[in-house]
Amino acid sequence: MQLFLPELFLLGGSLVLFFVSLGEDKGKLAKNMTVLIGAVLCVLCAMGINQDGTLFYDAYKIDFFSQFFKLVIAAGLTLVTLATGDMKGINGKIKAEYYLFMVISTLGLVMMVSSVELLSLFIALELSSFSLYLMVPMRDEETGERQQMEAGIKYIMFGIISTGAMLFGMSYLFGLTGSTYFSDLVPAMQGMFHNPIALLAIMLFMVGFFYKLAIFPFHFWVPDVYQGAANGTTAFIASVPKIGAVAILLRIATLANPQHADWLITMLMVVAACSMLYGNLSALVQTDIKRMLGFSGIAHAGFVLLGVLTLDELGFARSTYYILGYVLMNLACFLVICKVSVNGENVNRDDLRGLYKRSPFLALVLLVGMFAMAGIPPFVGFMGKFMLLAGALQADHLPLVIIGVVNTAIAIFYYLSVVRVAFAEAPGDRPDVDTDATTWCVGLVLMACIVYLGIAPNQLLDYASQAMRMIM
Amino acid sequence: MELLISDGHLLSWLIFIPLIGAGLLMVVPGEENQRRVALVVTVFNAILSFKLWNNFDATTANLQFGEKMAWIPTLNINYTLGVDGISILLIMLTTLVMPLCVLGSWTYIGKRIREFFVCLLVMEMAMIGVFAAMDFVLFYIFWELMLIPMYLLIAIWGGDQKKYASIKFFLYTLAGSVLMLAAIIALWLQNNYSFYIPDMMGQPYSSLFQTLVFLAFFLAFAIKVPMFPVHTWLPAAHVQAPAAGSVILASVLLKMGTYGFLRFCLPITPEATLMLAPYILWLAVAGVLYGGFTALAQSDMKKLIAYSSVGHMGFVVLGIFVLNQTGLEGSLIQMVNHGVTTGALFLMIGMIYERSHSREMKDHSGMAYTHPIFVTFFTIFAMSSLGFPATNSFIGEFLILAGAFADNKIVAGVSIIGAVLAAAYMLRLLQYVLFKGEGRSDLSDLNFREIVTLTPFFVFVFWIGLAPEPFMNVMHTSVAYLLQQVDAAQAGQAVANLVVH
Repeated sequence: MQLFLPELFLLGGSLVLFFVSLGEDKGKLAKNMTVLIGAVLCVLCAMGINQDGTLFYDAYKIDFFSQFFKLVIAAGLTLVTLATGDMKGINGKIKAEYYLFMVISTLGLVMMVSSVELLSLFIALELSSFSLYLMVPMRDEETGERQQMEAGIKYIMFGIISTGAMLFGMSYLFGLTGSTYFSDLVPAMQGMFHNPIALLAIMLFMVGFFYKLAIFPFHFWVPDVYQGAANGTTAFIASVPKIGAVAILLRIATLANPQHADWLITMLMVVAACSMLYGNLSALVQTDIKRMLGFSGIAHAGFVLLGVLTLDELGFARSTYYILGYVLMNLACFLVICKVSVNGENVNRDDLRGLYKRSPFLALVLLVGMFAMAGIPPFVGFMGKFMLLAGALQADHLPLVIIGVVNTAIAIFYYLSVVRVAFAEAPGDRPDVDTDATTWCVGLVLMACIVYLGIAPNQLLDYASQAMRMIM
Repeated sequence: MELLISDGHLLSWLIFIPLIGAGLLMVVPGEENQRRVALVVTVFNAILSFKLWNNFDATTANLQFGEKMAWIPTLNINYTLGVDGISILLIMLTTLVMPLCVLGSWTYIGKRIREFFVCLLVMEMAMIGVFAAMDFVLFYIFWELMLIPMYLLIAIWGGDQKKYASIKFFLYTLAGSVLMLAAIIALWLQNNYSFYIPDMMGQPYSSLFQTLVFLAFFLAFAIKVPMFPVHTWLPAAHVQAPAAGSVILASVLLKMGTYGFLRFCLPITPEATLMLAPYILWLAVAGVLYGGFTALAQSDMKKLIAYSSVGHMGFVVLGIFVLNQTGLEGSLIQMVNHGVTTGALFLMIGMIYERSHSREMKDHSGMAYTHPIFVTFFTIFAMSSLGFPATNSFIGEFLILAGAFADNKIVAGVSIIGAVLAAAYMLRLLQYVLFKGEGRSDLSDLNFREIVTLTPFFVFVFWIGLAPEPFMNVMHTSVAYLLQQVDAAQAGQAVANLVVH
């Protein structure tokens, strides 16, 4: 019972939200409740961080790995709800339902990181995905200009195709080993990893999470969904589910036997390199900030793979560190986007003109967020990139490291061009942007985390390593 | 090269006092108070740095005032600081120039005073950090961190083309240094996972590895110096930056490139240095000539000084890669000289600009008749810039040329033309500003604050020019040790060749 407390609480929370959503115009209440749910969830996860045990016939495992990820997912939910403000751009009538789906999606992610059996993993993943599919088209008509419909369809289609591929991979895994439990799969797969079918099974299995993480060539949904969904929805899609995706990707990677994994590593290297190059080169020409961040997200996902493909504990821990840092800097940027957007419409680069005069604080948040994404010290983005590159070079992947550093140089251009319009251009007749107390608090917390994790990465890395030891 | 640990944490204080000052500025209300806080913090740091100077032991090449603390143990990254005869002059230059920058922007900066001085102080922290860091990651962090305040200085307080100039500056410098990051990681792997800089020196790397690492470093530093043909960001950045920004750029930032050559390229990859030095010498000479000729064609005074910087820094690089004691010492002292002279010239052009809002030579002709104080200072600094005897640059250029003649007479002969060009463009500038035309009585002469700002530069011009010994003394041992490191590689190579034959 105690082991399952966070999930039960989320379930209860979503039930309450469901009843709230039955009333008219309860968006404000639903939002406050979601913040509360997120905050309490953080506390519950933090209290249960050292718990250990299994549930449901060993299909559900509670250990430091799952609890660590649950905690950061809970923190992510809280920050997203706070950072996106009153969720402008969502149809007011269904705002309460919107928050309901957000919480259910989080419930799916929380269950996903604990699942150690293929079917429960699949169910948890779909629970989270289907809520997201619904959140995308919930944008209102004026700000979405009907793009949200196209985005919703694209998101669901690509999602189902990659889920199909993943199921296909799972069926191979079951066919090869006769089990759906990770505890049986790991030794069995390690033993037969020289077998091409085993490689194929794992590659297909990974596809489902490549899609979530937006890795080339499963990224096609990204630009349109980022652009078509409401600003707040994009902030959520771009952050919290990615944490879950990385967690499971790492779990899948443990199936690989490092001694015979040359082909798998090559495959991961190719998709990582393609993601970085494709993401950064496409981002160069974007003017819609969300679309640009979408492409930049593809590039960052490529960087995350640098840690995965080392197939060791340290590399996994660094990937985890990187994705957490990415979520923080991403949210810093989305905080600014949500505030600058007056009615929830999309934000173009030009809308940020002279931001440092219109709202010095938001301009600073944007500066920190963008420079952190670009990998400039002392921010978390630099330390993450540095450690991933060091790990990759240590594993003798020099070409990939060269591609990585060249990409850093390419990426700086578009991040910098955003900073440039915010700082070097005159605001013209654009209105000042109000910043309320919540924005200040969230902005300060995000900046403090980005800087602190950048100069003192040790503790988080230790936690991540400790979590990784649970699955290795 | 040992790290002599000291308890005072003097270097840490020097680095972090500006940061504390920046934090303080955030809460101080009132523009006048903010200016005063910035001045007090920088002056205090300058005074504190004399403690460094007084307690520095010039008889040893070891790293002094060392500090070492574990920072990121999983990667073996430490917080390591230290100073030797090569870096101490540059740290002193930084701490002494900063208060003058604050004074120079007292009225020049009219908007966003608080943010301006915060940028300036963060800049100071990063610059001292670069010169004091003895751990590669720490060095890289300070090196890149510098880009942010400098970018903002140009982008917010810059001139009409600030957008173009600031982005060009950022892109050039960042693109140059990303490969350096890869080289740093490669060195870390070769050295048993150590990021401690002296650990990386004198190791038996293969020739190919040395060449690749050298080139990665060289690109980063050559852009920073800047060397021909990657200098094009400099004139843009200099012209658009506010006066204090130009002074920081010229006095300190450019020195980081040449400091990088001395600290990393020479001792870590000596074999590659020996192999590539002849080509780099010609690149340096090309910079000297190119800078000279382009400066000759400018009508914008700030642009003229910016191009003269390309020429002067070409001389500095020349002195480094002749690889003898005279040349290297000349380079080091010339780095300081360039900081003093060009810094002062940029400040003075800022002072004119504040009055007339023009940087064109033709708008400021004949000032000798109307602005005696201004013209006196201007002439002295211009003379110093062209290397007139009894001024500081004469000492530096003389030593560099002496070193160059000992190494390669053709290169030295060609670079003499550069010295002549320097005289030509500076005298042309002087002639315009001093005597041509009527003069402008609508502009006021220098006020007391500005005279106070310029006086330290004035003192150093003649001090280094007439009695350079105290400055030269601190560097002898370290430079000799540096050359020993390079020679050891040469000897090793010779032995290897003998064995092969």
